[in-house]
Amino acid sequence: MRVRSRVVCVGDDVDTDAIIPGKYLGSQEPAFLALHVLEGLSGRFPGDLSNVAILCAGENFGCGSSREHAALALRAAGIRCVIAASFARIFFRNAINTGLLAVELKEVSRLSEGDDVEVDIEYGKVVNHSTGEVFSIPQYAGTVRDIVAAGGLVEYVRRRTGR
Amino acid sequence: MGQTLTQKILSQKAGKPVKTGEVVEIGVDFTLTHDVTGPIAVSEFNRMGAGLVWDRDRVALVLDHATPSKDIQAAEACRKLRRFAAEQGISRVYDEGQGVEHVLLPESRWLRPGSVLFGADSHTVTAGACALFATGVGSTDLAAIWALGTTWIRVPAQMRLNFTGEMPRWLSGKDLILYVLRLIGTNGAHYQSMEFTGPVISRLDMDQRFTLCNMSVEAGAKNGIVPADEVTAAFFGVSPEELKELVSDEDATYEQWLEVDVSGMPPQVAVPSSPGNVKDVTELGDIQVDRVFIGSCTNGRLGDLEAAAEVLRGKRIARGVVALVLPGSTEVFREALKRGLVDTFLEAGVTVGPPSCGPCYGGHLGVAGPGEVVVSTSNRNFRGRMGHADALVYLASPAVAAASAVTGRISSPEEVI
Repeated sequence: MRVRSRVVCVGDDVDTDAIIPGKYLGSQEPAFLALHVLEGLSGRFPGDLSNVAILCAGENFGCGSSREHAALALRAAGIRCVIAASFARIFFRNAINTGLLAVELKEVSRLSEGDDVEVDIEYGKVVNHSTGEVFSIPQYAGTVRDIVAAGGLVEYVRRRTGR
Repeated sequence: MGQTLTQKILSQKAGKPVKTGEVVEIGVDFTLTHDVTGPIAVSEFNRMGAGLVWDRDRVALVLDHATPSKDIQAAEACRKLRRFAAEQGISRVYDEGQGVEHVLLPESRWLRPGSVLFGADSHTVTAGACALFATGVGSTDLAAIWALGTTWIRVPAQMRLNFTGEMPRWLSGKDLILYVLRLIGTNGAHYQSMEFTGPVISRLDMDQRFTLCNMSVEAGAKNGIVPADEVTAAFFGVSPEELKELVSDEDATYEQWLEVDVSGMPPQVAVPSSPGNVKDVTELGDIQVDRVFIGSCTNGRLGDLEAAAEVLRGKRIARGVVALVLPGSTEVFREALKRGLVDTFLEAGVTVGPPSCGPCYGGHLGVAGPGEVVVSTSNRNFRGRMGHADALVYLASPAVAAASAVTGRISSPEEVI
């Protein structure tokens, strides 16, 4: 699984209220949620995400609530992979479960806004084509690997239960 | 080698002794979801093609967030969950206005010490006060548990927080957890288990213990837990002997160990816009308040309302301040009526409303406008959390919130008593 795109960068502790504010939680419609993604952060979003498939973040990305709307909103806005120094645990699970790649990379600060970045899950590497730097990332293991391989938790459960 | 209580519970559910960092599959005893995360869980469950939930008596549906239904969408979400309950034969449905899940479920004694609870809500960790393993997940994870009865979990590293000293008069469980957040930050217990122990915890009642565990997630923890003791046993109406295994072994090992002396600690307040941005109430200076909210899964229990009423008794709230109390459940509401707490609130000029999560997540019932200053007993003060992105939220105990309503500025209870 490979994703390559120009990246947009956000900071540490981006919480789920910043990703999708509580007032929009009445909707489960991905297209609607995408209109308001990262709205809580500043005025630049969601506009800055057009033609961007990789979002870079600092520590503790997705902290706060368990709302899966956060992962759904990012995915619907065209984000296929979030690279962060670390993830809050519920967001990490939600991302993997809904087919949004979540990649932990301590050196994420070496990726700058606008860089051309490629993530390769099979080979466990992140390439910054703008600087030529290559970083290795741990490969998904066990159940997480199986869920990613299935394309999400729904398909994983279907396969496991033979439905 | 000895085990912590969390490791014991996870080992039992995994069917083997677990080690920190390993991923294990565990059986789940109880699940909960609500009207925001539940509708997605139902949709994803149906997409899984699983038919019936693995055990309908282990599923709770609590309609507590956008309820009493704040708009048509909310009414539809609730109806979707009621219909699902009817199709599945799920009887544990708490309808609109009956209470906040993390107050209701422990109060109902449905959850049992030593068990495992997964909830589609981050504050599911609250129930760890009952000496059980409780953690939050998202909607699809919950749907998979409904289908399989199991889930995967990475065994968390163990952090012990040992509290000693003398609790000052107005200090509460809320102040203790805010102080911990001040020490370790919002990432300080990242993926870890927070175990609360020590003579101070032994003397805390269950209401205070729930508050303590409730905000462990604000430090990034996977679960918060208080080992079983006489207080736990009394809460469940069993003998302490029955729960004697539900403690950590003396020789259990912890990756982190924190000692906290509570003697002389002033009330703590988290200032905008992070629960880890905590100061002594006495350091804050003159901060004028527009709104006060007392309630939520953090501080909507009887003990919380009693503390607020004690400060408010015989007083009026300041002109221009809007103060709202939402009891955490019907039971808390009835008891607050019986004990005269509701009278005290109404006489003071405080509005009392139905149990709801509404204000805490900026959903409804007292949403904050631009620039408004809110003192809230809830758990998060992220930018935009309680309404407008430019509203400023201060998190505090019920006593501090009540005192602030009286003076119209953020105040220590000692200022008004």
